[in-house]
Amino acid sequence: MYDTNYHKPSSVADAVSALSGAEDGKVLAGGQTLLPTMKQHLAAPSDLVDIRAIPGMVGVDDDGDALTIGAATTHAEVAADPTVNAKLPGLAKLAGGIGDPAVRHMGTIGGSVANNDPAADYPAAVLGLGATVITSKREIAADDFFEGMFTTALEDDEIITAIRFPLASKAAYAKFPNPASRYAMAGVFVAESGGSVRVAVTGAGADGVFRHEGMENALSGQFSESALDYTDVDAGDMLSDLHGDGAYRANLVKVMAKRAVAKAG
Amino acid sequence: MSDGIGARVKRKEDKRFITGKGKYTDDIRTENQAYAAFVRCPVAHAKINGINADAALAMEGVIAIHTGPEMKEDGIGDMITGWAITSKDGSPMNCGVWNPMVTTYGRYVGDAIAIVVAETQAQARAAAEAVELDYEELPATVFTGDALNDGAAQVHENVPGNMIYDWEIGDEAKANAGLANAHHVTELEMVNNRLSPNPMEPRSAVAIYDEAEDHYTLYTTSQNPHVARLVLSAFYNVAPEHKLRVIAPDVGGGFGSKIYIYPEEITCLWASMKTGRSVKWTSDRTEAFLTDAHGRDHVTKATMGFDADGRIVAFKTDTIANIGAYVSLFATVTPTYLHGTLLSGCYDMPAIYGNVKAVHTNTAPVDAYRGAGRPEATYTIERMMETAAREMGMDPAELRRKNFINEFPYQTEVILQYDSGDYHKLLDMAQKEADVAGFEARKAEAASRGKLRGIGYSTFVEACGLAPSAAVGSLGSAVGLWESAEVRVNPVGTIEILTGSHSHGQSHQTTFAQLAADRFGVPIDNVQVIHGDTDKVQFGMGTYGSRSGPVGMSAIMKALDKVEAKAKKIAAHTLEASEDDLVIENGEVKVAGTDKKMAWHEIGLAAYIAHNLPEGMEPGLKETAFFDPVNFSFPSGALICEVEVDPDTGVTEIVKFTAVDDFGTIINPMVVEGQVHGGVTQGIGQAMLEGVVHDESGQLLTASYMDYAMPRADDVPSYTLDHNSTPSPLNPLGIKGCGEAGAIGSPPAVINAITDAIGNNDLDMPATPSKVWAALQAVKPAMAAE
Ligand SMILES: Cc1cc2nc3c(=O)[nH]c(=O)nc-3n(C[C@H](O)[C@H](O)[C@H](O)COP(=O)(O)OP(=O)(O)OC[C@H]3O[C@@H](n4cnc5c(N)ncnc54)[C@H](O)[C@@H]3O)c2cc1C
Repeated sequence: MYDTNYHKPSSVADAVSALSGAEDGKVLAGGQTLLPTMKQHLAAPSDLVDIRAIPGMVGVDDDGDALTIGAATTHAEVAADPTVNAKLPGLAKLAGGIGDPAVRHMGTIGGSVANNDPAADYPAAVLGLGATVITSKREIAADDFFEGMFTTALEDDEIITAIRFPLASKAAYAKFPNPASRYAMAGVFVAESGGSVRVAVTGAGADGVFRHEGMENALSGQFSESALDYTDVDAGDMLSDLHGDGAYRANLVKVMAKRAVAKAG
Repeated sequence: MSDGIGARVKRKEDKRFITGKGKYTDDIRTENQAYAAFVRCPVAHAKINGINADAALAMEGVIAIHTGPEMKEDGIGDMITGWAITSKDGSPMNCGVWNPMVTTYGRYVGDAIAIVVAETQAQARAAAEAVELDYEELPATVFTGDALNDGAAQVHENVPGNMIYDWEIGDEAKANAGLANAHHVTELEMVNNRLSPNPMEPRSAVAIYDEAEDHYTLYTTSQNPHVARLVLSAFYNVAPEHKLRVIAPDVGGGFGSKIYIYPEEITCLWASMKTGRSVKWTSDRTEAFLTDAHGRDHVTKATMGFDADGRIVAFKTDTIANIGAYVSLFATVTPTYLHGTLLSGCYDMPAIYGNVKAVHTNTAPVDAYRGAGRPEATYTIERMMETAAREMGMDPAELRRKNFINEFPYQTEVILQYDSGDYHKLLDMAQKEADVAGFEARKAEAASRGKLRGIGYSTFVEACGLAPSAAVGSLGSAVGLWESAEVRVNPVGTIEILTGSHSHGQSHQTTFAQLAADRFGVPIDNVQVIHGDTDKVQFGMGTYGSRSGPVGMSAIMKALDKVEAKAKKIAAHTLEASEDDLVIENGEVKVAGTDKKMAWHEIGLAAYIAHNLPEGMEPGLKETAFFDPVNFSFPSGALICEVEVDPDTGVTEIVKFTAVDDFGTIINPMVVEGQVHGGVTQGIGQAMLEGVVHDESGQLLTASYMDYAMPRADDVPSYTLDHNSTPSPLNPLGIKGCGEAGAIGSPPAVINAITDAIGNNDLDMPATPSKVWAALQAVKPAMAAE
């Protein structure tokens, strides 16, 4: 790892000014993605701005219609949170299935969403539930936030402070883990709310997390596994790599979608 | 005796390892410690015109940067191979020259080009990145099956067609005649996937040159420190043998990959002399994936003929073995004498012919990896047996029984003579413990849940303790394959066993001590095992090929015999009795039928005080022995794997895995079970998860655990293990070796089970979910079109 300046601000404003004042500053959250890339010399930020000590960055807030989760809340905290388990159990389960215990106790929801790894789990929930990403500058709808693998609408000095998830009447996530990394090879988040259904797919798409319109339409008509029988996943839109080709991933998307529907009940 | 042979003694080494108190090479820190990093070839094949190190040398903390041509100028020798193979036409093998650091051509991604020595590891790595390389990229040959093609890129100028050797074993005419007259012929093409060894501890070296003493010390991750010292001095000229001490302290796993002497150790020793600093290098995980010698990597076409009754009449195999860019120390023997000689399996085969073409490619060197050659042979044979049974409509267990060897010793058609075994009993026991009788009911129940259940067998024999020295010499080995031991009884009666074997996970500290505890009736805590330091232990050959039991322990037994004989002479003299009347019991030497006795520690003291020894006897109680076996030993086993496949995703779950083995005498059943657990898990890894993958240009795609799938605890079931021992008549303990058997026998059992479940024999390892799913689609066109 190269030398870097470490900041630990205690307010969002201080964090933003530390970021904008730096030559090449980066937000540091759980460090589960950022630190390994720095150790491998794939990233060399001049400054790290650790946001975990900022009051209000950790925890779950329930306003009756939505759960707002602080950006620095760890996967383990979300997985164990009683409110999340009661109101959006599919989200708690998703968090509990990320990586291993060490990763879950360090990695954060904000870091995962900001990073937008094409195989990460959280982006499927954010897009599938139609969540809102709350930043130091504005609020961004999920549909506008993810812009292809490792790319988001975030600006350089913009910090995610929280994510607001509207409650759904049915919601579940089914993940097919990559045998090596155990990131998602295909992860499908299905949510139904007021008769409309959203289906978000991670891990499988050639360009990162995406919504599957055909499945959303089919499930809006009838929320059942068999409704998905006649939907089509285009193998050409899928990632193809040493772990599986497009045809296999297309199949997985459909199988995982059915399993998510079955779990959502 | 509770700590003796056959006892489930808890491991003496566990406290140290489990509490993080082990001392590994990277834990060594010397006073003038400097750190090394290597500049490596970024492409699979390149002509290196030179480096520009100006910017790197100016960086903070950088001490020196040296290259291959400088090393050559200093007289450091080329890398050697330990076994010369002769081609079938009588010509010697052709191998490309391997300089420890590149002098002209880089031949695989990771080939070492320059060493950077700096004050810290971070500074060394940063400077290594700042070294500019001037190179021209050349066309590369990457894949095993392509190496012999017309027009394939030449890896070495002096190896035409990339062919290192074209070797054969057995009788081709006889095999052809057998196949021509066969009632049924089974044919299969198989890939034995390339594996990365992945020891938990990556390779590491600390090289210390002491100018005042003109002496070198090398701490290194080695399975055989004496062989390392010999090769480093006699062939690489880094230091004369008597001025070089090699220490392999705690070593965190090897699986074969730490047998070899790699460019990094040689270069660190040389760099220590050049810089006057102690130079430490520790591989990171990606470097390990790139440069540790890989394993397996065969492409094989096999043909097996049967008579109308299902008896094998002939077996023929045609193999291309990938050796990589350079011929690593024992790379040449693995696909030949450790593979071709096992082609008879545990079957009475009247005609066998094996052809092996070893090839260079622009990939990392490939050498012996847990099992080395025997897994490749076993996989070929056992897939053939299962496939043939299916084709002939026979029960796969019955087909095996029909062909089992029944009498021992048994001379195969491919050199080896098997020592002992009872293959029928192993299979009977395995079938019972796997509840084969209940399989159909379980299959039906699984089908009701939408799952495909399959069962697969593997009955194997393998060869451990490569020997004897004269025979391996006549087959091309550059070394003898004996082992040495020294047993020292201290004046207070405690015992030190110094062994040429090396433990890097094998539990020698416990099992070797059990031999002395058993012999003299002393508590195991009074026995210390010392290994891994050329200044402490006399020359020994190290640990690989499951030789520590049959060869290493046999040497200890011989030394114990000598100690016992001398101790009895001392006791007989002191007690005024006849040696023949003496018995050793519970730590005492007694005159049978009397109350006359000497405690063990009294004998030790008598030997060293030497006030009253028999006429002419030298003082002391310490004996040395060398053991050179008369033959290999031949462990065998019957494995049964039962799987459930999810047809929607291709995910395979191993629901039951049964292994009944014959390891001869068992010293510590707990340790043996641990070896089987590890070996079978590695075999399951090969069968379902692991595989080194390159892209077309030769870049390694599986360079981290993000892409290289290692078996995790939840990938494997709880194993059902049992033993039936037929002691080997060839060594004093009757021991056969158990270190590799699990990895040798298990892959075909897994694949046979999966192919049974999906109804398609056309499946290669690793049988990942995506491959299993694709194989299912191939036999279910209707479903795929849905
Ligand atoms: C072994 C391992 C296994 C894993 N398995 C999985 C898995 O199965 N599924 C999965 O989804 N993930 C997995 N991960 C990734 C893990 O979830 C990480 O926690 C996550 O990707 C990044 O979160 P972090 O808090 O560690 O972020 P960091 O590593 O600290 O940061 C990541 C990136 O996000 C930026 N960032 C962080 N927080 C903010 C913020 N609040 N505002 C703006 N930018 C920010 C950083 O600047 C950086 O660019 C795994 C990681 C490891 C090491």
